[in-house]
Amino acid sequence: MSRPIRTPSILPGFGLTLGFTTFFLGAIVLIPLTALVMKTATMGWRDFLDVVFDPRALASYRLSFGASLLAATLNGVFGFIIAWTLVRYEFPGRKLIDALIDMPFALPTAVSGIALTAVFAENGWIGQHIAPFGIKVAYTWIGVVVALTLIGLPFVVRSVQPALLEVQRDLEDAAETLGAGRFTIFRRIIFPTVMPALATGFTMAFARAVGEYGSVIFIAGNLPMKTEITPLLIVIKLEQFDYAGAAALGFVMLLMSFIMLLSINLLQTWGRRHVVAAGR
Amino acid sequence: MASGPSKALLAEIASRPGRTIASTLVKSLFITVSLGFLAALLFAPLAIVFATALEKGVVLYFASFKDSDTLAAIRLTLTVAAIVVPVNTLFGVAAAWSIAKFEFRGKSILITLIDLPIAVSPVISGLVYVLLFGMQGWFGLWLQENDISIIFALPGIVLATMFVTFPYVARELIPLMQQMGNDEEEAAITLGAGGLMTFFHVTLPKIRWGLVYGVILCNARAMGEFGAVSVVSGHIRGLTTTMPLHVEILYNEYNFVGAFAVASLLTLLAVVTLVIKSLVEWRTGYQRH
Repeated sequence: MSRPIRTPSILPGFGLTLGFTTFFLGAIVLIPLTALVMKTATMGWRDFLDVVFDPRALASYRLSFGASLLAATLNGVFGFIIAWTLVRYEFPGRKLIDALIDMPFALPTAVSGIALTAVFAENGWIGQHIAPFGIKVAYTWIGVVVALTLIGLPFVVRSVQPALLEVQRDLEDAAETLGAGRFTIFRRIIFPTVMPALATGFTMAFARAVGEYGSVIFIAGNLPMKTEITPLLIVIKLEQFDYAGAAALGFVMLLMSFIMLLSINLLQTWGRRHVVAAGR
Repeated sequence: MASGPSKALLAEIASRPGRTIASTLVKSLFITVSLGFLAALLFAPLAIVFATALEKGVVLYFASFKDSDTLAAIRLTLTVAAIVVPVNTLFGVAAAWSIAKFEFRGKSILITLIDLPIAVSPVISGLVYVLLFGMQGWFGLWLQENDISIIFALPGIVLATMFVTFPYVARELIPLMQQMGNDEEEAAITLGAGGLMTFFHVTLPKIRWGLVYGVILCNARAMGEFGAVSVVSGHIRGLTTTMPLHVEILYNEYNFVGAFAVASLLTLLAVVTLVIKSLVEWRTGYQRH
């Protein structure tokens, strides 16, 4: 079964637009990324492993991936609650809050970084109320989690909202008349429908958090081995003109991005199949 | 579709005292948790930007925009956006036309590659250009011999910004154009219209609101980009610092009024972006996603 390279169409401009697209994609994105891979390849295996498994690098992975995982989990929980509130309840200001959910997309990361630091610093609006309990947010790993949670929030809310709208209300009603409790209805009807969207949102929030730089460096404190994220370590290596070291760390992060992009695509395919299987 | 349970039965269930109390309780709990979470993480930071910028009075707030380095940063940001946004818009329209209007092999790979910059860390987006054009980069020596500067200069900042904002217009347009189908364009071509005429008179009117939002979002990301630009800029004050980088410099100098004043401009940009997004959604009557 051989599919033709291109299905015939009477519309013009295929060669021109596809040519321009691939040329531009190649020039701006693919060739530069290849340069990163090539630079890494010029290092010997030993050098590469030395950089990638350096204790400081390992500590930065632990923080970057650990804090991102925690932030994406918080987003999963609170993002679901917010999406549910926006879809199911009427209250004053609902439309405004719905529009503001996209704020972290549009707000420059440097702005969210300095603003969160000001709010959570020991004399800040929120920081001063939690400092007596011995909780420090700014300049600790908790601050990193807070910044990454803000950045990832829209991904979960915007994935879950349409899925919640798809839940068939009459199925819930039917289950209720048959004597199902609210928890059973949630577990057996709502959760299965929303699950793929929630997983997609979680993965997107996680992927975005791992690479995040601007909002984190202001609130993190940036102590080596303690509150230093991997992207910052790349910047430090570049400032020391250690191009190969920066490229090696960049290569590791790029590999992780590819894996996550792949899982997002798989999750979305699973989601589509899941919805069809649910008998629509 | 099977008809659900009878209205009377539903009303009877809904009015059971235990249920009403429970659902009111759950509703208030959910709204409280949502608002509390957003207040701490989103509303407080937004408010503190303006509170800090204005804490020493309106006069000082406006005085911070008279600083020549601040003005230079604003000018640089506008210049970068003026180059990047039109180029990426042209790319987005071309990519959307080829992907949405035609069936060809490798299409899904192409879409994934266009999305790539969103998944890549902004630091890497800057790093790749340093590896190409930096002092020890592939073309570093050649560029130096010919006295061309890309890294630590405007071209590097433009390239890094272009990389980061590359997918936004295409991502808005592709689903929109796919959903609208090819029938009207095919009719126009059959009736003898040329390619460009078909695009401007048939396709563009249908996609213009999506295009507006894509361009606005691309612009917001271009003006606000920090990580990628930070890597290629060299932070030369008054020369290669864009607005977000200038915020960092002022902040690190403990000039909080100045830092938050510039940040307040960027916040207003984000607010305007969201207002236009809401207008576009209201105008087209469809909910994004």
